Amino acid sequence: MIIIKDLIKRFGDLKALFGVSLTFSNGECVALLGPNGSGKTTLIKSILGMVVPDSGTISFNEESINGNWMYRQKIGYMPQIGHYPENMTIANIIDMMKDIRKGSHNHHDEELIKSFGLHTMLHKKMRTLSGGTTQKVSASLAFLFNPDVLILDEPTAGLDPLASEILKQKILKEKKNGKLILITSHILSELDDLITEVAYMQDGNLVFHKKIAALREETGEQRLAKAITTIMKLDPS
Amino acid sequence: MKGVFKFSILIGLLFFVVSAKGNILEVGISKPFKKIQSAIDAAKNGDTILVEAGIYKEKNIIIQKSIVLKGINFPILDGENKYEIISIKAQYATIDGFKMQHSGRSETRDIGAIMIYDSYKVTAINNILDDTNFGIYVQNSKSCTIKNNSITAYGKNEVQSGNGISCWKSDSLIIIGNKIKGHRDGIYFEFVTNSLVWRNISTKNIRYGIHFMFSHHDTYIGNVFEENESGVAVMYTQHIRMYNNFFLNNWGDAAYGILLKDISDSDISGNYFSKNTVALHMEGCSRINLYKNTFSFNGWAVKIQASCDNNDFTKNNFSNNTFDIGTNGSLVLNTFNGNYWDKYEGYDINRDKIGDVPYHPVSMYAMIIDSNPAALMLFRSLIVTLLDKSEKILPSITPENLKDNTPVMRRLAL
Amino acid sequence: MNKILKYVIFDIVQNKIVLLYTFFLLVLSLSIFSLENNSAKGLLSLLNIVLIIVPLICIIFSTIYIYNSAEFIELLVSQPVKRKTIWLSIFSGLSISLSLAFFVGVCIPVLIYHADTTGMMMMATGLFLTVVFVSIAMLAAGITRDKAKGIGLAILFWLYFSLIFDALVLFFLFQFQDYPLEKVMVFLSFLNPIDLARIQILLQMDISALMGYTGAVFREFFGTYTGIIISFIGLICWIIVPLLISLSIFKRKDL
Repeated sequence: MIIIKDLIKRFGDLKALFGVSLTFSNGECVALLGPNGSGKTTLIKSILGMVVPDSGTISFNEESINGNWMYRQKIGYMPQIGHYPENMTIANIIDMMKDIRKGSHNHHDEELIKSFGLHTMLHKKMRTLSGGTTQKVSASLAFLFNPDVLILDEPTAGLDPLASEILKQKILKEKKNGKLILITSHILSELDDLITEVAYMQDGNLVFHKKIAALREETGEQRLAKAITTIMKLDPS
Repeated sequence: MKGVFKFSILIGLLFFVVSAKGNILEVGISKPFKKIQSAIDAAKNGDTILVEAGIYKEKNIIIQKSIVLKGINFPILDGENKYEIISIKAQYATIDGFKMQHSGRSETRDIGAIMIYDSYKVTAINNILDDTNFGIYVQNSKSCTIKNNSITAYGKNEVQSGNGISCWKSDSLIIIGNKIKGHRDGIYFEFVTNSLVWRNISTKNIRYGIHFMFSHHDTYIGNVFEENESGVAVMYTQHIRMYNNFFLNNWGDAAYGILLKDISDSDISGNYFSKNTVALHMEGCSRINLYKNTFSFNGWAVKIQASCDNNDFTKNNFSNNTFDIGTNGSLVLNTFNGNYWDKYEGYDINRDKIGDVPYHPVSMYAMIIDSNPAALMLFRSLIVTLLDKSEKILPSITPENLKDNTPVMRRLAL
Repeated sequence: MNKILKYVIFDIVQNKIVLLYTFFLLVLSLSIFSLENNSAKGLLSLLNIVLIIVPLICIIFSTIYIYNSAEFIELLVSQPVKRKTIWLSIFSGLSISLSLAFFVGVCIPVLIYHADTTGMMMMATGLFLTVVFVSIAMLAAGITRDKAKGIGLAILFWLYFSLIFDALVLFFLFQFQDYPLEKVMVFLSFLNPIDLARIQILLQMDISALMGYTGAVFREFFGTYTGIIISFIGLICWIIVPLLISLSIFKRKDL
């Protein structure tokens, strides 16, 4: 589905990605883990075409994304911190997104809008919203077009436990629909029961990419957080 | 009773004069004379020849007697594009009320409609000249009068056209109320002295509205010079007086309201200069008093070269000109006093209607383009505005003593 | 393209600064024309507004707007939209709304008070300068990520085109005073859109006659229909070139 090869990205003197290669397949729910500044967000933004890598290739359904933009029709993206035009209302934003993606997506999945209760505050301007509500908008937009791939950057950060749970249920549901779901996070425990694969990054390098079952087997730990700490001790490369 | 008596004496005298001075000869289809020239040949000094309306193609009519040649209802004298229409060499001759058209033209000599040579007290009055090369030509004559003629030509270039009224080496001429259009120069004077040019209108000529040189002690009053290709140019002359003339709409690359070159000891007053590229251009001029003139809407109101000295500008109005004064070099031997400048930004604290700080009428940009014309590209740019402002505060390249120490605050009523 | 353009224009038109700018131009133009008893002189006062104020407001407003739209751009870039479409939509949105402001603020008063060829030329060059400086603003905002630096750069660009360039020309003129520079001046004027606009307007006012030979050279070149067309092609280049450069920067930009 998504194949990343030897991705290198520098920001000035700072090297964000050191030749990362990864493959993500349909039906998986991948946790992209790693400490702050490890290159997770850069990797995600590279897949989205928001960051242009210095070298290496990314292909989406066997097609290079370089210079391509159509593939983004199949992606729903929820940014870590959503930035939206301040003067627009929630309704404006949703309508605009529907308008922009009209043609390719005429069926809209508005489940999250309702379950988050956003439909009661559609007239509110983006600048008046709390961080959590903004995240709810971001999440709703990511799922709105029923995309094949969902990329969620720290989805639960800033969400209250109730909203977190709603989102989690939604992710589970979509996973069952055979979608590829890519989640970055550093709060591990919440995601335990969602994840099928873990990719761990550190300082711009991919440390490992393993099925969760294999990980548990290797470490003998059931809890993901524990499993990872264990493997880091075993394999400190 | 006494008045009636006086009046009848006057009538009697008049009758006596006319009858004593000459006979009346009539020219026309049904008149004793069919040709004007034959009537002239038959006439004696003091006779009057009346010419009926009609077209007369008599080649060159020559007058050498003191006669009055008078047209009735503008008989047409046609030069067939070949001939000088009337040549006069006489004293006390008058040509009155003719329409003359299609004079000849020549590359070697001046040919025109009314040619006055070596004459005394000849008068050309109320004639209409149309498509003549030279209109009225006066050479080596004295005390001639040229009045109320309308002179129109359709010249296309300077070389092939003549002047409207062209005078050479003459004295005490009176040129009044003529309308001149489409010639090389409207009025041309060379070596003409002690003459009066009054209330003429000279427009749309190919070169100058009026052009004179070496013509001292002449007076110009109330003339209108408008839309001439090069405006007006006068040179090498002393003691001229110019009052209440209008210099209008002379706009072009080399057009001047009036160009004064080597003019001295003269008086220029009450004239009105509007919409000229350069309203008044002076070079090599000395001791000219310029007062109560109005300069408005000109490119340059006055361009005064450093070769001018002892000229005085007093009580003139300067308004809406792009540049008030332009000059080359920093030598200033001329004075400016009590003029009104609309660009003056000074103040009048003591309320005597005279500005308390001097006005420097030369802007820095005016100096720059004078030495460096390509700086036109920067005309009305921000840099030029800023330079001009800073120059006003701290003069560096504009002549420090070219200034009006007593600029008036209000426009002068002239 | 149209979809995004719609939202950009919708956003800008709501912006109070654009409304203020329109109102400011309108009040200024109307007061100039009604205070000056001679509308030709009014036009001359308006010249400074067109050549100085309009570029300044356009470049600064556009630069700030682009930086303030960073979120909007970021949102759109993650969507299935071409980057080119996003960038050109922002450019078109800014150009259309600022041109509209200029049209209401300047063109309408000119049409009322002074609708001759000079007025027309002033309107045309004003509209072109509006778009040129939006384009240059796109470049300024494209060059640096830092908002403060970007606005500084925009002001610097404006200063360069309205003042520094002309100062350099003046310096150049004095250095090469002894050479015939008329044709060089014609060339140099193409290097600055403000100069190009100013010369075109002034030629319509027939001020060239003031300058003798230089004026004649200028009129011979700029005054003919070919010259006017070439000048406007020059202005179009001033729109296209900065825009294309900024676009190529934006295409490679990391968000």
